[in-house]
Amino acid sequence: MLKITDLKVSYGGIEAVKGISFEVPEKSIVTLIGANGAGKSTTLRSISGLVRPKSGKIEFLGEDITGKDAADIMAKGITLVPEGRRIFPDLTVLENLKIGAYLRKDDLTDDLNWIYDLFPRLKERSWQPGGTLSGGEQQMLAVGRALMSRPKLIMMDEPSLGLAPLVVRNIFDIIKEINRQGVTILLIEQNANMALKTADIGYVMETGRITMTGSGEELLANEAVKAAYLGT
Amino acid sequence: MDFINAFLPYILADIEKTTPDAIRIADYLPYILAGISVGGQYALISIGYTMVYGILRLINFAHGDIFMVAGFVMIYLSATLPLHISAVFVILITMLLGFVVERVAYKPLRNAPRMSIMISAIGVSYLLQNCAWYFTSGLAKQYPEIPWISESITIGSATTKIVTILTPVLTIILVAALVFLIKYTKIGMAMRAVSKDFETSRLMGIKINTVISITFLIGSFLAAVASLLYFTNYTTVTPVAGAMPGLKAFVAAVFGGIGSIPGAVVGAFIIGICENLIKGAGWTTFSDAFTFALLIIILVAKPTGLFGEKSTDKV
Ligand SMILES: Nc1ncnc2c1ncn2[C@@H]1O[C@H](COP(=O)(O)OP(=O)(O)OP(=O)(O)O)[C@@H](O)[C@H]1O
Ligand SMILES: [Mg+2]
Repeated sequence: MLKITDLKVSYGGIEAVKGISFEVPEKSIVTLIGANGAGKSTTLRSISGLVRPKSGKIEFLGEDITGKDAADIMAKGITLVPEGRRIFPDLTVLENLKIGAYLRKDDLTDDLNWIYDLFPRLKERSWQPGGTLSGGEQQMLAVGRALMSRPKLIMMDEPSLGLAPLVVRNIFDIIKEINRQGVTILLIEQNANMALKTADIGYVMETGRITMTGSGEELLANEAVKAAYLGT
Repeated sequence: MDFINAFLPYILADIEKTTPDAIRIADYLPYILAGISVGGQYALISIGYTMVYGILRLINFAHGDIFMVAGFVMIYLSATLPLHISAVFVILITMLLGFVVERVAYKPLRNAPRMSIMISAIGVSYLLQNCAWYFTSGLAKQYPEIPWISESITIGSATTKIVTILTPVLTIILVAALVFLIKYTKIGMAMRAVSKDFETSRLMGIKINTVISITFLIGSFLAAVASLLYFTNYTTVTPVAGAMPGLKAFVAAVFGGIGSIPGAVVGAFIIGICENLIKGAGWTTFSDAFTFALLIIILVAKPTGLFGEKSTDKV
């Protein structure tokens, strides 16, 4: 579904992504793990059109989307839950959800109900400004907002960051649930254990390169991964 | 309004000394009316400053000059076209000018440091003024008399032009429509989002440049309406005619808390009324100084302005 070929991204002179290639098959959950500064966020940001790659190719459903505008990429069905949630603090919870569906012109009632089923907390708080939500609630809102566009591919940048263990499990359950409903998922995580357990395919990134590839289970069992990312 | 309440006793006392027989608030009615009227005109201009600041964090120094150009466009168009058609074209041409200024002078600097775009704005301001000098050879041009709104009416003790009454009414209607647009429509929601976070707005599929252009179109539309109302009272337009009202509207926006539309409107009315009460008290020479003293006081005492902290009002 998504195919990245030899992607290079640099900020000024510094190359943050140094030629990576990977694929995200339709209906799968793929995870990208790696240390801080490995270039994971940069990869997602270039897929969603926020930063322009220096070279390489990004294909989505067979179409070359390299260097396209973020709004156009969104319109093709790729959405990003950005690092640090980035909900709109002044907009109400409901408005935050609606703005996720900005490009849609059809009725949103079913989708809102779907989001409220996934995150009942948001329903109770739909009139509250987004900025007044707790960190975990904001993360739910960020995921809900992304889902409102009815994406084909949803990319999540550290959705479990700063959440209590119980909420983390909840978020991963929801990721699986969203995937069951047919949405393809590309996930970045510091929580490598949970991410690899959830994912069909995992990639390990180190300083701008992909150094290991395998199914979630394979990587979980890999000694090098265990030592570096699982702390066991 | 505290300001006026604080001022009134002094003003009244002053009048008492000079004209002991006629100390009635009614004497001030013409000045209050004129104040409300000019306040409405400042309000319409100040919204352009405050909205552009809200979305780009840019003080659009060219805004007052766009207002001035609207004045000249009316003069030139009305020489050949009927007034009502001219007025419509003034509004359209002014909006186009605001749009073009943004696209040509600000958009290419979207990722440049904020100071560069401010300097570009100052450049546009002088460019427009100099173009106006060139086209008019520096001569003040006679503004056409717009029949209906120039007619006189009498309210209580005051005789005034219809435009004096029309301005605040029209201002309130336009501001209410704008607030509705921002609070309850999809494009309004996008404007609020863009004013907070460009990048995340782009992720939502919002075209930042379209939203910014719409902001400039709205600001220029209101400036064009303000020019029609304002110049009717002043009979001539010069290439620097935008400077003073532009500055006052800017002070109003800062006074109200720049970024806040209600703040700009309230600030503009307060400034308009205070200025005219000061004129009424016989201190005409100080009426402009008052506005700029107010700017300094606000910047020192409460830099966020009257409504500056309520970030929900920001656009
Ligand atoms: N806007 C930027 N300007 C300059 N350098 C940047 C910018 N954004 C990221 N970088 C650099 O690019 C490298 C990769 O950053 P990136 O955010 O992609 O890492 P990451 O893998 O997401 O890390 P983390 O797990 O900490 O979020 C880092 O060295 C970072 O300093
Ligand atoms: Mg990151």
